[in-house]
Amino acid sequence: MAAIDISSVGKIYNGGVRAVSDINLDIKDGEFIVLVGPSGCGKSTLLRMVAGLEAISEGTVKIGDRVVNEVEPADRDIAMVFQNYALYPHMSVRQNLEYGLKNRRTPKAEIDARVNEAARMLEITQYLDRKPRALSGGQRQRVAMGRAIVRKPAAFLFDEPLSNLDAKLRVSMRGEIKRLQRRLGTTSIYVTHDQLEAMTLADRLVVLNGGQIEQVGSPLDVYHTPASTFVAGFIGSPAMNLVKAELQGDKLAIGPSLISLDGYAPTSGAVTVGLRAEDLRVVSANEGMPFIVEYVEELGSQRLAHGLVGDQAVTIALSGEAEITDTMWIAIDPSRLHFFDAGTGKRLEARATVTATAPVPEPVG
Amino acid sequence: MYRTRFSDHLVLIVGALFLCTPVVVAFMTSTHTAADIHMNGLSLTWGGNFIDTYEKVLTQKGGFTGEITGTSMVINSLILGVGFAVGKIVLSMLAAYAIVYFRFPMATLSFWVIFTTLLLPLEVRIMPSYQVMSELGLLNSYTGLIVPLLASATGTFYFRQFFKSVPEELLEAARIDGAGPFKFFIDILVPISRTMIAAIFIIMFVYGWNQYLWPMLMTTDERFFTLMRGIKSILQVWIGSQIPDYNEAFALAVLAMLPPVAIVVIFQSWFIKGLTESDK
Repeated sequence: MAAIDISSVGKIYNGGVRAVSDINLDIKDGEFIVLVGPSGCGKSTLLRMVAGLEAISEGTVKIGDRVVNEVEPADRDIAMVFQNYALYPHMSVRQNLEYGLKNRRTPKAEIDARVNEAARMLEITQYLDRKPRALSGGQRQRVAMGRAIVRKPAAFLFDEPLSNLDAKLRVSMRGEIKRLQRRLGTTSIYVTHDQLEAMTLADRLVVLNGGQIEQVGSPLDVYHTPASTFVAGFIGSPAMNLVKAELQGDKLAIGPSLISLDGYAPTSGAVTVGLRAEDLRVVSANEGMPFIVEYVEELGSQRLAHGLVGDQAVTIALSGEAEITDTMWIAIDPSRLHFFDAGTGKRLEARATVTATAPVPEPVG
Repeated sequence: MYRTRFSDHLVLIVGALFLCTPVVVAFMTSTHTAADIHMNGLSLTWGGNFIDTYEKVLTQKGGFTGEITGTSMVINSLILGVGFAVGKIVLSMLAAYAIVYFRFPMATLSFWVIFTTLLLPLEVRIMPSYQVMSELGLLNSYTGLIVPLLASATGTFYFRQFFKSVPEELLEAARIDGAGPFKFFIDILVPISRTMIAAIFIIMFVYGWNQYLWPMLMTTDERFFTLMRGIKSILQVWIGSQIPDYNEAFALAVLAMLPPVAIVVIFQSWFIKGLTESDK
């Protein structure tokens, strides 16, 4: 167990391609950090630099009190769980779990105790003598986690461990990972492209885009105060509606509609406005904005109506029983609006509110 | 579903007969006496001389020195076959391991250089190889017979392709588990290559077993005679009106066939398992 300190870390591949730049991240002991972002955002590269599988081009990574830039992966006191499990196919489950410990010359009795404990914890005791190929995907992933647990490492690194599982199993394994991490109290870094996985697992979320940190914060902070249009569009399902609008004094013009802001306007001129689908509500005719419905997605508990406000696409979330007509009128509480700079996409704080409960890091860029 | 028809069986039966008949004829003929064969030609019936012929072939001392028996030729052939197969597998696995996993300068280039030597048959370099061996004083030795032919472009190529298909994560997991290059090779790579090893073993064993030209050049001492040379020497004894020992030649040919067949049969189940199971 240890804190991990990542400072000014960057990765430049041969040929000058910059995959990751200037990452600063302080991970506290026992914290569950999720790195989330679209594919190619550098999240896996960052994780692999912490693991020691990629050389660190610039900056330093500290695990505990030790700078590990030049330390072999095996000596960094970390354990990693891979997307495709990476179990040794020719070894039984027990041998898979034992392998790392044997290489460390752990005494036999200690190995047995740890393997049995991990197997019991993960409920794989009855499979210990099977080969990985005789196991289902979920069971293999448990074995992969077992291999990490028996090591009793300072940190767990997860590289999209649930991406190969079916949707239902993913949800239950997600719960298990969270429970296990709580119980063991081991510092964890978890990489995923699935924002839902990120939201449910993380103590703190790190949203990455183009090799840089867009925002760091607790899941709810990130959800309620996205630092940029990128984060706004990435976190939350359905994605936040981002529409072009213009601030005219205390009024907001979205297409032909004017919304009164009650003093929330942060600036003036062209902005990008973020509206959460679930914050939009239907009002009676001729109040608010006209919304032309194009199609409806049924989710059972919710109905998502996709349509247009002016000429911009907007999605609204309605309750399962709500009536949907071809044209509806929608409105939003001004305090629920998110404003972003039209050029840079950075968040603009609305004047009347002081929402920043968590430190929003200096936007990098 | 496709239903098997009689014509399908017919095709298979014809094919099987086509392949098996010569072998059966060779075996049946070998049970007749030499005079019988000389008079009546090949035979498809049992001749009743089976034990005599095979006993003679395996135990009678022959050759100019009167030292070699069929058994010693079988042993020589086995040494050559197994030595070739094992040596080539070890060497080409190590070469492929270096090419795939160690990013040394010009790894790809050196692979292609090795690969192009596939285009050169043994015969092209047989004289230089002979001279090197001769100057090293390795003529008439097992070392001289086996070592010069061990470098195998085919084997290196197959293992390279196989290693490339092994998921990168396996290497990374092993690195995190504390396995160095040597441990990774022995503990992980060799065991998961076992089906590949079986396949290469079959090919290389048969290749070594069937070598004719190279042993003939390298060895003049009859102690190193292989079966292939034995068959030839039996048919060479046209002395006066003596009938060549056709039955013994056939018997040796049948014996020469057995080990490769046995190897294929033994490794077959592994081989097929390797092709159908997709776990790496």
